[in-house]
Amino acid sequence: MTMTLETRPTSEASALKTPAARPEGAPPPPTTLETSGLSFHYGAHQALFDVSIAIHERTVTALIGPSGCGKSTLLRTFNRMNDLIDGARVQGRVSLDGEDIYGPGVDVVDLRRRVGMVFQRANPFPKSIYENVAFGPRMFGMRSGSGMDDLVERTLRQAALWNEVKDRLRDSALRLSGGQQQRLCIARCLAVEPEVLLMDEPASALDPTSTAKIEELMMLLKERYTIVVVTHNMQQAARISDRTAFLMQGRLVEVDVTARIFTQPRERLTEDYITGRFG
Amino acid sequence: MTTPEAVLASPLPVTSVRALANPARRRAQVGWNVLWTGVSGLATLWIALIVVVLLSTIVLGGWRTVTWEFLSQNPAQGLTKGGIFPAIFGTVALVLLMILAVLPVGVLAAVYLHEYARASSPLTRLVRFAVSNLAGVPSIVFGLFGLGFFVQFLGRGMDHALGQGLLFGQPAILWAALTLALLNLPVVIVATEEALRAVPRSAREGALALGATRWQTVRHVVLPQALPGVLTGAILSVSRGAGEVAPILFTGVAYYLPYLPWSPTDQFMELGYHVYVLATQSPDVAKTLPLLYGTVLVLLLLTFALNFTAVIMRSRLRRSMGLGT
Repeated sequence: MTMTLETRPTSEASALKTPAARPEGAPPPPTTLETSGLSFHYGAHQALFDVSIAIHERTVTALIGPSGCGKSTLLRTFNRMNDLIDGARVQGRVSLDGEDIYGPGVDVVDLRRRVGMVFQRANPFPKSIYENVAFGPRMFGMRSGSGMDDLVERTLRQAALWNEVKDRLRDSALRLSGGQQQRLCIARCLAVEPEVLLMDEPASALDPTSTAKIEELMMLLKERYTIVVVTHNMQQAARISDRTAFLMQGRLVEVDVTARIFTQPRERLTEDYITGRFG
Repeated sequence: MTTPEAVLASPLPVTSVRALANPARRRAQVGWNVLWTGVSGLATLWIALIVVVLLSTIVLGGWRTVTWEFLSQNPAQGLTKGGIFPAIFGTVALVLLMILAVLPVGVLAAVYLHEYARASSPLTRLVRFAVSNLAGVPSIVFGLFGLGFFVQFLGRGMDHALGQGLLFGQPAILWAALTLALLNLPVVIVATEEALRAVPRSAREGALALGATRWQTVRHVVLPQALPGVLTGAILSVSRGAGEVAPILFTGVAYYLPYLPWSPTDQFMELGYHVYVLATQSPDVAKTLPLLYGTVLVLLLLTFALNFTAVIMRSRLRRSMGLGT
């Protein structure tokens, strides 16, 4: 596996083709993440009901649904970020490459390295741009030096941020624009070489130009990573995702190839939501 | 009257806001406004006045006394002549020892309470309850506790265990510093917890999501961001520690000592206690009065200097993190 993604200027990246449809009858790509019979409680409140969903390798899967439908909760079960909440309880099975991530003896720290996460609001550390990217590798014991310099450069190139920051790597990350900060957070994730990227409304706090850059980046990254993205923005889901899952009131209503969800959904609820009748 | 349209169409009630807003009422309201602006302003002025009077009295009474000799010499001739160097040295040594004792324990306790313990557990609640009650205990009680626990129990116990003569089982700067540390423990814990609470949850999540352990998150993300707040706690405890006399009264402070406390088991002189001694124990009050003013001025300046240093350090830290001051 090569370490670098081919980097292109963003203007070229925007011209990337949309994902080629699989020929009919071809076997589905391997499943990276899978839940079966997943239920989730915050104390007395049940947030997910019996959710079974398969996330395919090297695709973008969008989770859509009205506010409070459980899409963020579902996303956070994939890297066990919900563990941090008092009174959280999980039933059912979540597996990564076939291994139960809630099973006994699972190393949560390593799980979170393999399943990276980008949050709604960019949350760079109040450190330099360089140190933000180097943070994860340092936590795993990597030392400073030319190896680290290479890793930081390679990662920033992957996140399409290198050209904008290469002359000020020692500046505080907080001086970057909102969109740059979010791409830095993506770079920070990529630096620990994850397999999966979880994105919780990564562009909802950004202006249209920055949003477009994040979307272009996602199209590039899915060649190497499995991406799950929560979004409120229906157009965004249609533009960037290969598959779309629609959730409502903690239940998975429908999951399918994005084109089908948006043109001929099987469920009436999905159609009503897509066409803006509620939500 | 249920739909918005029906409410909009109905006439205004007699006691509507529009009817109340007549010129006479407005004038009265403006009058009250001016009155209360004046009253609250006077209250502020009163406080400022007290501070000015206090400081100017001390400075005017003491500035002639504070010479290099006063700062660098021992007291002489029954405390009516000479300087206060041993008291300055003792105060600085006491406060430094106290900070060494209180900061690690206080900060780690706050880290445990805020980062590790579940907020709802009975143990956490009990500890919090204890901390807030500790803050309300009168300082003389800490002094008695220090005498009973540190000097009598711990010190005597250590002497007994070591099988030698009296060494630890008597008042000493070590025990005085530990007693002061106990007094300031709530200050440091509360200030640190405040600082930890101000670190956004997203910062912790960002680190944990990268595969950092909880301790790595605390050590490399949370504590650095909380450091300015921790320093605030340290500032507060230094100010308090330099001024408190009651906790050290039975645990280590001395009326007069011809030597400096170079060992942790030595007794020491302290500025606050020296002020008390000069004011009440002197054979000739008229002669000691200038020394008294001088000592109070030095105590104030020392506290200000310690505070100021900490404030500078705090703003440097914040700037280095790009957070502004």
